[in-house]
Amino acid sequence: MASTDNGVDVKKHSADDLAGLEAGLDALDSVVVSRTPLRETLNRKVLPPVTAIVLVLVVWQLLVWAQVAPEYKLPAPADVWAEVSDAWLKGTLLDYIWTSVSRGLLGFLIALAIGTPLGLLVARVRFVRGAIGPILSGLQSLPSVAWVPPAVLWLGLNDSMMYAVILLGAVPSIANGLVAGIDQIPPLFLRAGRTLGATGLREARYIVMPAALPGYLAGLKQGWAFSWRSLMAAEIIATSPDLGVGLGQLLEHGRTNSSMSQVFLAIFLILLVGIAIDLLIFSPLERRVLRSRGLLVTR
Amino acid sequence: MATTTATTAKVAEDATAVPYAARIEHVSKSFPTPGRTGGQQLVLDDITLDVAPGEFVTLLGASGCGKSTLLNLVAGLDRPSVGSIGTDGRPALMFQEHALFPWLTAGRNIELALKLRGVAKAERRPEAERLLDLVRLQGAYGKRVHELSGGMRQRVALARALAQDSRLLLMDEPFAALDAITRDVLHDELTRIWRETGLSVLFVTHNVREAVRLAQRVVLLSSRPGRIAREWTVDLPHPRRIEDAAVAELSVEITEELRGEIRRHGQH
Repeated sequence: MASTDNGVDVKKHSADDLAGLEAGLDALDSVVVSRTPLRETLNRKVLPPVTAIVLVLVVWQLLVWAQVAPEYKLPAPADVWAEVSDAWLKGTLLDYIWTSVSRGLLGFLIALAIGTPLGLLVARVRFVRGAIGPILSGLQSLPSVAWVPPAVLWLGLNDSMMYAVILLGAVPSIANGLVAGIDQIPPLFLRAGRTLGATGLREARYIVMPAALPGYLAGLKQGWAFSWRSLMAAEIIATSPDLGVGLGQLLEHGRTNSSMSQVFLAIFLILLVGIAIDLLIFSPLERRVLRSRGLLVTR
Repeated sequence: MATTTATTAKVAEDATAVPYAARIEHVSKSFPTPGRTGGQQLVLDDITLDVAPGEFVTLLGASGCGKSTLLNLVAGLDRPSVGSIGTDGRPALMFQEHALFPWLTAGRNIELALKLRGVAKAERRPEAERLLDLVRLQGAYGKRVHELSGGMRQRVALARALAQDSRLLLMDEPFAALDAITRDVLHDELTRIWRETGLSVLFVTHNVREAVRLAQRVVLLSSRPGRIAREWTVDLPHPRRIEDAAVAELSVEITEELRGEIRRHGQH
């Protein structure tokens, strides 16, 4: 072989150059991660929904001007706005919202505390999965409004009845989300965790829960939507002076008073709270988790 | 074939309590045949193999020779059907995929291994930095897994495996998914780290040149079922290069043998 001399030469160099070679490879192969500038975010994320809202308001006003329906069926945007400012001046607007939101959030937190260990058990213990897995996913398709009559009979017209309905709606979806998240964990992570010595509770704490987090968050998001829906159903059906006035009761009062603008106000507020909680809590949380794992593709 | 005495690797003095890093004795493994009830498929047949403290052994074989199965058995992820396996402590295991946890940074991945090993909190960060230093990834501590290149990920995975402080490192085709240049660089790195740490390595591959370039001993497995077909002692000095004439020469010999093993399967 003619290259023997050369080979020895290369060897000597390679020992010194290895670090440099490696640094070069690292620099060439690394992925540069950059964040999008604020202005672009505004253009992409804020402009489209604002345009849509303005468009809806314009069409609405045009329909009112065209008098497609009598005023008691279709109030003007200005009438609904008057209802908002009226409630605001009386100081009741925030009360309505807070009554419902505090119930919804507390109910959701209790559902979280029950749904999480339940989901973990169903996902990890074969017997438990066989026993209650199908029931748990079946419960998700049962509209939680169906729980209102029995809850009223069991618990009476009070707050615990509201919470019972929220729990029956939200616990299954939180548990199911966690089960789905755990089922999607690549087996490689579990093997890697086991070789590192993560077994039993430590496996659940350090490997299973963080690996299942994206699915779990999706379950939480859905769980919140279910909590909020169940609560509104309960508030509309069960009205009593003891319960205070939440958004559901506001809607029901609007109906009994034949005040369409109050009905519209209640519906807007219910929608607004749902969107706000999602936008302020769940979406940022979800984006943060996905981005940190390199799973968020920005387009 | 007699066990090679390790000349290039430093043998850890305190390892004398157990004269081996891994001892595989008459191990067979069969799995239930899929689809049929009661059927058993023999994957490994009567494997006996010792890995001496500080020794670098590669297990070489074509598809279906059960090399990954054997590694799983040594790692304790599965149990042999027959025979026994002894290791000096719990071995560390590296996979073909980096298997780093994407919810943690590179540094935190290493710290998790340290934490699960029982290292005190205050010592974890400096130890993780030291290990990243060892694989020449200073400054990668806060990097997320998706921000690293394939070669860097495998180096972090190597650092995490080293964090387990095992005497034996099991490697399951850890460089198979990398491009040729990166793989070559990582061969050098692995050799350097093996010599610095005095670890024992059991390295599985189907790449003959890789086996020869890295190992002190190459063990060829036959396929279906996996049996030890032949062993070679590689006493070429380090650093070796994949282009070295001596590496090529031995590779040709081993490849011929491997081809012979594969050819046997086409004959019936």
